[in-house]
Amino acid sequence: MNNIIKKFIPQILAILVVVLIFGFLTMNAQTNMDNRGIDFGFGFLSQESSFDVQFSLIEYSGSDSYARAFLVGLLNTLLVSLISIIFCTILGVIIGVARLSSNYLIKNSAAWYVEFFRNIPLLLQIFFWYYAALRALPLPEKANAWFGVTYMTVKGYYIPAMVWENLNVFLYCGLAAIISIIVLRNYANNLRDTKGKQIPVLLYSIALLIVLPLLSFLFGGVSLEFELPQLKKLSKISYIYEGGISLPPELIALVLALSLYTSTFVAECVRAGIEGVSKGQKEAAASVGLTPNQVLKLVIMPQALRIIIPPTTNQYLNLTKNSSLAAAIAYPDLVLVFAGTALMQTGKAIEIVSITMLTYLTISLTIAAIMNWYNKKIEIKEK
Amino acid sequence: MFKIIKQLTSVVAMFAVLFAFSTETMAAKKSKTLENTKKRGFVRCGVSQGLPGFSNADESGNWTGIDVDVCRAVAAATLGDATKVKFTPLSAKERFTALTSGEIDILSRNTTWTLSRDADIGLTFVGVNFYDGQGFMVRKGSGIASTSEFKNGTSVCTNLGTTTELNMRDFFDSRGISYEPVVFEKADEVVAAYDAGRCDTYTTDKSGLAAQRTKLSAPDDHVVLPETISKEPLGPVVRQGDSVWEDIVRWSLNTMIEAEEYGINSSNADMMKTSNNPAIKRLVGAEGELGAAFGLDNDWNLRIIKQVGNYGESYKRNIADTGILPDRGPNELWTKGGILYVPPAR
Repeated sequence: MNNIIKKFIPQILAILVVVLIFGFLTMNAQTNMDNRGIDFGFGFLSQESSFDVQFSLIEYSGSDSYARAFLVGLLNTLLVSLISIIFCTILGVIIGVARLSSNYLIKNSAAWYVEFFRNIPLLLQIFFWYYAALRALPLPEKANAWFGVTYMTVKGYYIPAMVWENLNVFLYCGLAAIISIIVLRNYANNLRDTKGKQIPVLLYSIALLIVLPLLSFLFGGVSLEFELPQLKKLSKISYIYEGGISLPPELIALVLALSLYTSTFVAECVRAGIEGVSKGQKEAAASVGLTPNQVLKLVIMPQALRIIIPPTTNQYLNLTKNSSLAAAIAYPDLVLVFAGTALMQTGKAIEIVSITMLTYLTISLTIAAIMNWYNKKIEIKEK
Repeated sequence: MFKIIKQLTSVVAMFAVLFAFSTETMAAKKSKTLENTKKRGFVRCGVSQGLPGFSNADESGNWTGIDVDVCRAVAAATLGDATKVKFTPLSAKERFTALTSGEIDILSRNTTWTLSRDADIGLTFVGVNFYDGQGFMVRKGSGIASTSEFKNGTSVCTNLGTTTELNMRDFFDSRGISYEPVVFEKADEVVAAYDAGRCDTYTTDKSGLAAQRTKLSAPDDHVVLPETISKEPLGPVVRQGDSVWEDIVRWSLNTMIEAEEYGINSSNADMMKTSNNPAIKRLVGAEGELGAAFGLDNDWNLRIIKQVGNYGESYKRNIADTGILPDRGPNELWTKGGILYVPPAR
C-alpha cells in the first residue's frame, strides 16, 4: 500500500499541476482575446484567400480558400525538403566515404568541405546563395544556354518541360519493372539459400528498368516531346522565358544551402558508421573468401547502416524544419504563405501558428516513423 | 494521437503565456494605458523598419517622419515632452501582434485602414494621417508608360503581409494577366530584389515607392507609373478596449491638422492664446477644459503644437523638403483643395 502511494502520488500531482497550468493559461488567453474582441475559430479556412502565390505545385489562384493556400505552402515545404534530402544524402555518402579514402587529396578536401559548410550558420549560407551567388546571374536575354536547352538567369532556371502522351502506360511499365525486380530478388535469395547459386541481380534489375519502359515507347503508344523555353519580350528591356519549366531562384538557393549544409552532417554520420564496424569483421569476411565487393555489401554496410540511420534521421528532421528559413528569401513555403501572408490577412495568429506548428510536428513524426521502420528492418535480429 | 493532443495543448498554452503578461483591463473614464505610460515615463510606439518621410532613423538613432510625429504628439500631450517616445521598428508581419499583445501602445506605421483590420483583429484605427494609393514602379528603359502595358509573366516584387498583396491580385486578376508575385518580409529586401532585376516591377503605396526609390542604385532610371490602383488611407492604430487612450491618440492627430487649418504653428502658438477667435483659443488651451475629458491638463494641445508643430509643418519637414512628395495632393487641407478634414475640437 505504502509503495503504491509512493509510486503514484508524485505522478498524479505532476499531472495535476500540468493540467492546472495549461487550464489557467488557456483561460487567460481566452479572457484576453475576449477583452480585445478577437474571435477564436477556424472558419476562415474556407474563406477566399484573395492573394496569389509565386510558385505552386497544384492549381491555385486568389479565388481559392485559405485551406488550399495552406496546402500550397505545405507542398512547397515538402518539395524543397524532399529535393534537399535526396541531394544531401547523395552528397553526404560521397563525402563521408571520401573522408576515409587513403588518397591524401581526397581525404583532406572532404574534411575541409565538412568543416567549412557545417560551421557557417545556415541562414547566412541561404543569404549567400540567394543574394550573392544567384543575384549575380545574367538577365534572361543575356543568358547563355547550359546543355543547349536550359537557361540559368537571375529570374530563375528555365528547363524544358516534358510533354507526355499516354504517360499512364509508361508509369505502369515502370511499376511492372519494379515488381519484377522484387520478385527476381526473392527468387535469387531463395536460389542462394537453397542451392548456393548466385545470379547478378543488380545487372538484371538495371536491364529490367531500362527495357520495360523502353518497350512502352515502341509498342505502348507512349511518346515524349520536350517543350523548350523560348525568350519572350515583356517590355523594351525586360524578358522572360516562356514554355518549359521555371525553377525560381528562391527554390534553387534554398536547395543549395540546405543540401550543402546538411550533407556535412550526413557525411559525418556515414563516416562514423563505417568506422564503427571493427576491422576484424572485414578480415574475417575476406578470410572466408568473399570478394571485396561482397565484403562491403554483405558485411560492412549492413552493420554500418545500423549506426548511420538514427543520427541521419535527426539530420533529415533538422533539414525539414530548417526549410522554414525559406521565408527569409521569399520562397513560398508553409511559413511564408500560411504563417505569413494568410496570418496577416486574417489576423488569426493563434489559430494559424498552431496549425503550422502541428503541421511541422506531423511532418517530423512521419519522417521519424519511416526512418524508425527502416531502422527496425535492418537492425540485428536476435534469434 | 495522444502525443498530438498533448502538443496541441502546449501550443495553445504557449500563446496563453504570451498574452498573460499583457492583461490590461479597461476602467471607465480612466485609461490603463495612459496610467502605465505615465508610470513608465515614455510612450511605446511601433514604427516601420525604415521608410523615409514616414518613420526613419538616422545614424544616431533619431527617428523622424510624419508617422513618428503622431507618437511624439501623444508624448507631448500625455507626458509633456515630445522626445519621451520609445520606438519599436516592426515588419509588416509583426505589427498587429505587437500591438494586440501589448508590446506597444500606438502603431504608427503607414498602416492601411480596412474594414477587416478594424473589426476583426482587436484593433481600432483612430484616423488618417496620409491618404495614399497603390502604384507601380518600373525601369525607365522598359518603355512601359502605363499599367495597361503589363504582359503575361510579369514578375512583381512586394512586401509580405500588406494590403498590397491583395490589391495586386485584384488588379492582375481583373485584367486576366498572369504574374509572378515575389514577396519579401522586409522592404529593403524588396528594393534589393527589384534593383537586381529579379522583378520587372515593384508595387506598394505610391508614397512608399517615392521613398524607396531613393534607395535604388540609380534612382533616376526608375519611374512610378501614373495609375493608382487602390485607396490606401494610412493612419495610427491602437488596441481595442481602451477608449480613452484611443481618444487621446485621435485628438492628438486631429489637433495637428486643425492647428494648420487655423494657422497655428510651433512658433506662433503662444501668441495665439490672446487671439479673438474662440476656436483658436480652445486649440492652444486658453479656453475651455478640453483636456479634462481624457484626464489631461489644459495645455496638452498647446504642447503638441509647440513641440511637434502642426500637420503642415510635419509634412513639409518630413516629406516635402526631403524631396519624396513635394506636392501634397489629397493630403492638403479641405480648405485648400485637399481632403484633410477633421471634426472640430470643442
